[in-house]
Amino acid sequence: MNVEELDERQREELERLGRASERLYCCTAAGCLSTGADRVRRALVEEVERSGRAGSVEVCGTGCLGLCGRGPLVRSSAEDVLYAEVEPADAPALADPAGRAALAERRLDGRSPFYAHQTRVVLEHSGHVDPERIGDYIAAGGYAALARALSEMTPEAVIAEVRTSGLRGRGGAGYPTALKWELVARQPEGTKYVVCNADEGDPGAFMDRSVLEGDPHRVLEGMAIAAYAVGAQQGYIYIRGEYGLAIQRLQNAIRQAEREHLLGGRVLDTGLQFRIDLRIGAGAFVCGEETALIASIEGQRGHPRQRPPYPPEMGLFDRPTLINNVETFANVPPIVERGGEWFASIGTEQSPGTKVFALAGHVRNTGLIEVPMGTSLRRILFDIGGGVPEGRRFKAAQTGGPSGGCIPEEHLDIPVDYESLQSIGSIMGSGGLIVMDDSASMVDVARYFMEFSKEESCGKCVPCRAGTVEMHEILRRLARGEGRPGDVTLLEQLSALLKETSLCGLGLAAPNPVLSTLRFFPEEYESAVAAPGSAPGDGGGAE
Amino acid sequence: MTTPQTASARDNRPKLLERAMSRHQYAGHALIEVLHTAQELYGYLSPELLEAVSRKLKLPPSRVLGVATFYHFFTLRPRGERSFVVCLGTACYVAGALELLEILERRCARSGSTSPDGKVSVDSARCIGACGLAPAVIRDGRILGRVTAARLEAEIEEVGAP
Repeated sequence: MNVEELDERQREELERLGRASERLYCCTAAGCLSTGADRVRRALVEEVERSGRAGSVEVCGTGCLGLCGRGPLVRSSAEDVLYAEVEPADAPALADPAGRAALAERRLDGRSPFYAHQTRVVLEHSGHVDPERIGDYIAAGGYAALARALSEMTPEAVIAEVRTSGLRGRGGAGYPTALKWELVARQPEGTKYVVCNADEGDPGAFMDRSVLEGDPHRVLEGMAIAAYAVGAQQGYIYIRGEYGLAIQRLQNAIRQAEREHLLGGRVLDTGLQFRIDLRIGAGAFVCGEETALIASIEGQRGHPRQRPPYPPEMGLFDRPTLINNVETFANVPPIVERGGEWFASIGTEQSPGTKVFALAGHVRNTGLIEVPMGTSLRRILFDIGGGVPEGRRFKAAQTGGPSGGCIPEEHLDIPVDYESLQSIGSIMGSGGLIVMDDSASMVDVARYFMEFSKEESCGKCVPCRAGTVEMHEILRRLARGEGRPGDVTLLEQLSALLKETSLCGLGLAAPNPVLSTLRFFPEEYESAVAAPGSAPGDGGGAE
Repeated sequence: MTTPQTASARDNRPKLLERAMSRHQYAGHALIEVLHTAQELYGYLSPELLEAVSRKLKLPPSRVLGVATFYHFFTLRPRGERSFVVCLGTACYVAGALELLEILERRCARSGSTSPDGKVSVDSARCIGACGLAPAVIRDGRILGRVTAARLEAEIEEVGAP
């Protein structure tokens, strides 16, 4: 397929889609599947056949529709509304537009608060595209950005567009994407790699999983554009072994893209040669760190190494390597297609664009959301999330997983962007956002994350290997209400030590949950020392 | 390269493993991919299996063992026919996942091990990304959402734990 043929193909696919007067999109992301979405889909297909509507109504699958807590979800393309908590028994009512009045109470439209405050860029195809069909993606304008880059832009122009957009790494650290691309592009010609970091390891984060499950071609297209911009020939997607469905969808998408010459030897009949292979992670949190990830792709233990040299200079197999996160790559096609200025107009000046968050914990609406950067936490948790369920009070929001912190009520009005979150001792992180009500003990939360970091420490550097063990021991004591005088000071000293001397991000950030809970909830630590057994919450000392 | 209890003339697993290694041209950097395939085929990585992989990929046995023990995903001991994995991600943790793990430990086996009759394995996971359905448990590869103690007890009955 060349560029003209891609245009032609889009017309054909749109015509195909136009033949049905309505499509019923069943969410087939992991959340809805586990509540029976596959049974709903089968029942709908059968019902449409049975009632003789097969010509006008088409039943298909789609990516995450967002409100995971109320699945299975089904979206009607004609009405542009969602139906929540659909059961196979609802199929007759859903298949017949006249029968849908019976489902009125479970009907959600774009005006419902959960959706009204969202802006979808990364997730724009969710609910509109079947992730298993490349034709759907092409119909929605997919691979047009790659075609535009290859036929109308030089690699330098692509990087310039990304620079204009101000896109920053969505894996958590927020490093300017264009700077990384430039560094790799500047290396002498020869073998270069593009690596997609899909080792989404923070507990409480499922954004990347949903993007890969719901719109795999979007990530492949972003990687191919990056390969053209930096001069790479081979790509790897390093994905968690736990993400079976995402792996399957990616394998399928890569096969389809190769068949259509959108990946492989001569991409879109141009000189670009770019293949993508999957590398399945084997369960090591530290492999989200870029040098550990590289070691793991090379078939070694996932140990990080000293930087510099940084991966753009010396990465995979000692060659220049570009590593970006899933969500970062997913932002690239719209930037190339609609322009960097369009992207920069969303969000804030320092943090342009949108951010996808996985909203979970003690909150009414759990699921996947996407908001412009700079949206306040209060809006996210209370307007979109619907607040804490009846009878409980909000206590803290946790961002950034084991590398982040807990944000109390008084800071809920800060805008969500890289710098603001850092200023209150947390981090943007990859997008996990966990709400905790007043039943949660902050000391126990700190203990929970320290246990995680202790387990996941690779053991290469001493501060992290030994420090996390010591800190966990102290926190365990405190969580049981058996803290000793001086424990808090010791925690602070160890935190400073880990932050200054650890080799990689895991150890450097491991004290963050402790420091932020110490800062905002000191009274819980004090009571854990002073009066044994009186620490609030019920999760203490569990092991 | 067979495990004693399953060796038979029709056992095509060695062939499948061989094919996986040759697909990667027996390259040492494909070690993790090869171990994934080996565990998929045999259920766990026996010492014989590790030795065979080390020979074929021309890697020192220490390197193969080092990698196999570094990653949580690989198991060096046989697993039960049925399995429960409790997610201990943050959302599940604050929703009471520990209580579920305690039930399984009491009724079946300690986390990370298999019941004495070899039937049921119990494990915990870091986060399976089903946070919207917390607390989540994976039974035999299928995700169960919003699991209550009563539901878990019923599931345990169903797999026929002692």
